Amino acid sequence: MDWIVKNLWLIPALPMLAAGISALTPQRGRKLSATLAIGSMMVSFLLALCAFAHTLGHQGEEARQVFNFPWFEFAAGSAGVLQLGWVLDPLTAVMLVMVTFVGTLIFIYSVGYMAHDDNFTRFFTFLALFAGAMLGVIIANSLLLLFICWELVGLTSYLLIGFWYHKPSAAAAAKKAFITTRIGDVAFLLGMVWLYSQTGTLLFYDHGAGCMEQSALAKMVVQTTSAGMAVSTAIGLLIFCGAVGKSGQFPLHVWLPDAMEGPTPVSALIHAATMVAAGVFLVARVYPLMGARLEGAPVETTALQVVTWIGAITAVFAACIAVAQNDIKRILAYSTVSQLGYMMMGLGMGGVAVGMFHLITHAFFKALLFMGAGSVIHGCHEEQDIRHMGAIRKYMPVTFLTYAAGMLALCGFPLFFSGFWSKDEILHAAHGWAPSQIPFYLGVIGAFLTAFYMTRQVMLVFFGKNRAAAHDSHSAALSHGHSAAEPHESPAVMTVPLMILAAFAVLLGFVGTPAWPWFQNFLEGEVATVDFARLSESATLMISSSVIVLLSIALGWWLYGRKPRQTAAEPDVLEKARPDLFWLLQNKFLIDEVYEATIIRFNAWFARTCDFLDAWVWGGVVLAVSYLTVGLGWVNNVFDQFVINLGFDGGCSGMSAGGRLASRLQNGQVQNYLRIIGLGFAALVLFLIWGGGK
Amino acid sequence: MPPSFYILAALTIAATAAALSLRNLVHCALALSVAFIGLAAVYLQLDAQFVGLAQILVYVGAVSILVVFAILLTRNDEATKPLVSRFSVAGAATALVVLGVLTWAIDKSEFTHRKLPPAPAATVRQIGDALMTHYVLALEVIALLLTAALIGAVIIAMHNEEPKS
Amino acid sequence: MSSLSSYLLLSAFLFALGLAGAITRRNAIIVLIGVELMLNAANLNFIAFWRFGDHPEALTGILFAIFSIGVAAAEAAVGLALIIAIYRQYKTTNLDRIDSMKG
Repeated sequence: MDWIVKNLWLIPALPMLAAGISALTPQRGRKLSATLAIGSMMVSFLLALCAFAHTLGHQGEEARQVFNFPWFEFAAGSAGVLQLGWVLDPLTAVMLVMVTFVGTLIFIYSVGYMAHDDNFTRFFTFLALFAGAMLGVIIANSLLLLFICWELVGLTSYLLIGFWYHKPSAAAAAKKAFITTRIGDVAFLLGMVWLYSQTGTLLFYDHGAGCMEQSALAKMVVQTTSAGMAVSTAIGLLIFCGAVGKSGQFPLHVWLPDAMEGPTPVSALIHAATMVAAGVFLVARVYPLMGARLEGAPVETTALQVVTWIGAITAVFAACIAVAQNDIKRILAYSTVSQLGYMMMGLGMGGVAVGMFHLITHAFFKALLFMGAGSVIHGCHEEQDIRHMGAIRKYMPVTFLTYAAGMLALCGFPLFFSGFWSKDEILHAAHGWAPSQIPFYLGVIGAFLTAFYMTRQVMLVFFGKNRAAAHDSHSAALSHGHSAAEPHESPAVMTVPLMILAAFAVLLGFVGTPAWPWFQNFLEGEVATVDFARLSESATLMISSSVIVLLSIALGWWLYGRKPRQTAAEPDVLEKARPDLFWLLQNKFLIDEVYEATIIRFNAWFARTCDFLDAWVWGGVVLAVSYLTVGLGWVNNVFDQFVINLGFDGGCSGMSAGGRLASRLQNGQVQNYLRIIGLGFAALVLFLIWGGGK
Repeated sequence: MPPSFYILAALTIAATAAALSLRNLVHCALALSVAFIGLAAVYLQLDAQFVGLAQILVYVGAVSILVVFAILLTRNDEATKPLVSRFSVAGAATALVVLGVLTWAIDKSEFTHRKLPPAPAATVRQIGDALMTHYVLALEVIALLLTAALIGAVIIAMHNEEPKS
Repeated sequence: MSSLSSYLLLSAFLFALGLAGAITRRNAIIVLIGVELMLNAANLNFIAFWRFGDHPEALTGILFAIFSIGVAAAEAAVGLALIIAIYRQYKTTNLDRIDSMKG
């Protein structure tokens, strides 16, 4: 076994260690904690590269190497030993490189973005812990280890979203994120327990004995639950619930847009590299379980169909909402939800490779977009409303260019941007999906909407006329006099990561084109070949999707670029056309309100009922019990005082009287003793003569 | 019974009574010596010459002198206080009870009515043989006891010069 | 009155006198003297039983008396040493006042 496989644990351990040290660093130790966090991420990145290089040298099943060890034993026998471990396969390697690389860039960017924050060290502590937990999720070879790290990700996301906890909205958003994802995690935990009871192991791969391997899967496929569903499918769906929560899929997506309350680097990390990717990664990891069936292609199992439908609905649903948002980060947040839907679709219909390719390319360009947005916000003095921006292009050229690259990648601009290739893969898979064609059309609509809302955002932010002056009175108070200053370009520590990410956003697509599907083949453990003929097979689809994207961008320009809006207060173009529909979209299809009216109200009612029961029924019972106890205590006390104590005192005084009597004998007078001996002697003689003698 | 026995018995009992009842302790010691001598004479009369001589050597020669030394070393003015202790009446009664019991027992015994047998030969040589053969272990033990008593007595009576801290 | 019983009676008288002295007198030295006399009375018994016994050639009574004298010598030495030590501690030989072992 190779060194890197054995020591894979170092990759998550290093950032966690850095977090531990910087947690103990005093507030003024800014440099130390930032250096530690970034340094540990860089070392992890190098180790991840080693791991990646290691997997490059192997093909097929050989590419998967595991290291397992027993954690603790809770019962006799091999089934009672809980094993943990890590796995190094192409999936892990790709994710490791992506997370450490993007993470490192975000960390560096944070140094600039958080420069003025008092709790700089706390921020880096959480950030490093967050990254470490995510890396733990990636390397885990045990569903349990994965779950532990998964919950750590949940915890740190809570800490980071609520980083500015003195803002009520941030605190509420943190709580919302934590609780919403927890709902999914309950199902995840149930699935895990069920899986353990079925297979007796939580290891994914264990030389043929793991729960993702043929023997265990075959056992689970033949069993059916009461509803006629295969056990493997049921477990897969339960685990998928966890992914729905974490990856912000419909209907548990509500926390994701609110998570924008956290600092922008956190948003970038959550949306690009770590948290939401964890859900997609989880589905990819348990793909053998989800796709297990007796015969036929794995893509058509019930579990994967559910994944597909959820993904498709989410993709379109979130894209619709994004059209009507005005907050620059919120638009990106809904875009993330929508793109995650695409990834789920890709996983459901095309397999691990398709979904993961989009995950990787999306990680790069979404990190780029978030950091670009952060740069814009930073440059505009913490302004987030795109209606109050405009013409930023002139003030922040580097940010504009890199942002544009990210935007075009997200839109799927033909040929030269990574998003085009990865999204095309998904649409291609959807086109060939046997059960239904609807997800394909949903995907196309989603692509159209994506291109449209991104064009709208870019037009409003970077083009047109600067509308910041329009609400001077508002921001003057906020930024004490700086409002007169024009938006400024961000420092190099923020722009350099942007440029690096922009380069990747463009180039990364070329490792997974149909002509040279290196990425997909790598994940499946095959050797990639160059074949341009494959390009022509999907040419029709590619051309049509290109046309759609171009049309959408043109429409965006027509509506928002041709006649730029003049003031911040002016209503949106779409709002003028269909105010009712726009209102609905702007309020996110009222999902939050629906939850408010149903689940939360029910919950509150239930809580009130419980409170009532508690106060009147249980409270009464408890009170009665307590009175009973007090009464018994009183009886006990009386008994104690008058029976036990008196009896005891009597016994004691009797004893001491006897003692006094005995001690009078023992008066220390030698002659007294001698006299008694004399009497004893006389008695003995008499006894011997009368009793003993004859 | 030879009349000498009665004379010796009367002398011994009188000396004993004097040794235990006189006010002056030195007189007591002298009376004690007389009692010991009287007993030694009784031993001689019983043909136990060796024991009689040992009695004179040990008791009259050593123990009485020891008692005199002890009296001199513990001399104080308490001699004028009452001679007898608080429980003297009870003590005397006890002694009378013991005497009565013993006398009664002796009187009841059949064994005591036998006549005096002919004088046995109990020479110093025989005693020495017995001590060196049959009773050699007891002799060793008594030697050890005497040594221990000697050292113990010295240590107990030794004046402790250690200053009290 | 037989010969043996007269010796035994003498012994009994001596014993009783010694006991009476040991019990009633306040002075520790007199108490010790009483004890010595009681021991002597016992010795007299040994000799008398030896003299009137069936096997006087065995010398048991004689030897017992000799050992008893030895023990008595040791007892007298230690006893008097104790009296001296006690006197040094309490400045008295009055047994009524020496009761630190009182229960």
